[in-house]
Amino acid sequence: MSTENTYNYRVVRQFSIMTVVWGIVGMLVGVVIAAQMAWPQLNFDIAWLTFGRLRPLHTNAVVFAFGGSALFATSYYVVQRTCHVRLFSDQLAGFTFWGWQSVIVLAAITLPLGITTSKEYAELEWPIDLLITVVWVAYAVVFFGTLVKRKINHIYVANWFFGGFIITIAVLHVVNSAALPVSLTKSYSAFAGVQDAMVQWWYGHNAVGFFLTAGFLGIMYYFIPKQAGRPVYSYRLSVVHFWALVFTYIWAGPHHLHYTALPDWAQSLGMVFSLILLAPSWGGMINGIMTLSGAWEKLRTDPILKFLIVSVSFYGMSTFEGPMMAIKTVNALSHYTDWTIGHVHSGALGWVAFVSIGAMYYLIPRLFDRELHSLQLAEIHFWISTIGIVLYITSMWISGVMQGLMWRAVNPDGTLTYSFVESVQAMHPYYIIRFLGGTLFLIGMLIMAYNLYRTVVGAKPHEAAIPAVAH
Amino acid sequence: MGLVHGIWTLLLLLIFLGIVAWVWGSKRKKHFEQAAQIPLQDGDSASEGERQNTEKNNGC
Repeated sequence: MSTENTYNYRVVRQFSIMTVVWGIVGMLVGVVIAAQMAWPQLNFDIAWLTFGRLRPLHTNAVVFAFGGSALFATSYYVVQRTCHVRLFSDQLAGFTFWGWQSVIVLAAITLPLGITTSKEYAELEWPIDLLITVVWVAYAVVFFGTLVKRKINHIYVANWFFGGFIITIAVLHVVNSAALPVSLTKSYSAFAGVQDAMVQWWYGHNAVGFFLTAGFLGIMYYFIPKQAGRPVYSYRLSVVHFWALVFTYIWAGPHHLHYTALPDWAQSLGMVFSLILLAPSWGGMINGIMTLSGAWEKLRTDPILKFLIVSVSFYGMSTFEGPMMAIKTVNALSHYTDWTIGHVHSGALGWVAFVSIGAMYYLIPRLFDRELHSLQLAEIHFWISTIGIVLYITSMWISGVMQGLMWRAVNPDGTLTYSFVESVQAMHPYYIIRFLGGTLFLIGMLIMAYNLYRTVVGAKPHEAAIPAVAH
Repeated sequence: MGLVHGIWTLLLLLIFLGIVAWVWGSKRKKHFEQAAQIPLQDGDSASEGERQNTEKNNGC
């Protein structure tokens, strides 16, 4: 069979497998640093293993290695299957795989060595930033090149979300990473002072909004209808969902800088747009969940659908919590506490990881033309991970609110009721619970890796034919 | 400069409202219903997938 009559599953397979691998690596580092928070001596006094260096390794590994590989895999799969064409260029697609893996390996080497720009979620130094830019442009060429040669006239909504994600991340990365290099491993940001902070959080929040939301909504809009065997609840709502997200997300960044040197009006603007964001977020959530309307019984028997639907529920929860935390008076309590960490992980584990896991359970058997080894193991994975998330986020909520209340408590004479170390001591049991929650989630990932290994072991790579029918 | 920003913001808002009105226009109902079927009409046979997908192809 000539390659033009088949889909390019090779690059999808490569990214899918690395999604599972990097998921385990990134979450393992997360569990290690969670343990360090509870038992600080676990850094063994080795600089490379200290929290400050492993934390960016954890965030980069889970966001860009695990999440990034999942997005590459699913976007390449979805754009081919909804356009009925092979990827624009096999060579360029292959380059994006090896290029992205190189970025990840370089990050895994430089971050523990302490080589960092110190910009959160943009810690990698300028030579790696340049490599990211080249890989990202290649990704855009492959993705949009595939859209250009599509055989289906309408561009399915999932591709709009993937396309919006690719374009926005390119803009954010290039602007925020602008820097003056002074050596191979050291550069200084092109921005200074509060402008630097604003650019950083314009980037940082839209990395959440477009990398961790729009991209994964693309996954939702394809994989939930496929796994449920029903079209999306309201296609019109999905179009409005897309444009509403694009028009509002980009403004919400200042809520990371409440009560700082950022002008007050900018803080309030960020707060207002964060509150407006509730509307498109919940519109999208309802659209995803209601896709199952009339087929709810499938949730009882299908663990893959459980992962996908529960992920959208967590999306709804964290997009309610987020706007609430962006309100300045709430933020006065929540900011700099563990509440933020709990919020982030309800989104990261509950939404991003669950929707990716669901997509991988759907995808990997198909990429090897096999059936999933064990639905029962997937079911166990689902429940272990869910319990892990609940332990994680509830412990961080309690710990965070407690921290905020302890820090602001004052005696009648105006002195602080608690010293800082007293709040640290009060957090200790919750740090242990968080470590247990994270460990459960990691165990779930290992079960998944075993299940998928048994699914594909000995299987020959599968190249699906492109259907001849066009309309 | 402030006036330009205000007009620009208003323009973006109007564009967005225009998109909403266009999407919910009754003429395009059928078009979007067909679009929603795209992922389900990609020739993904049941043998390619897992067990529980074999029973799904009813109705839609």
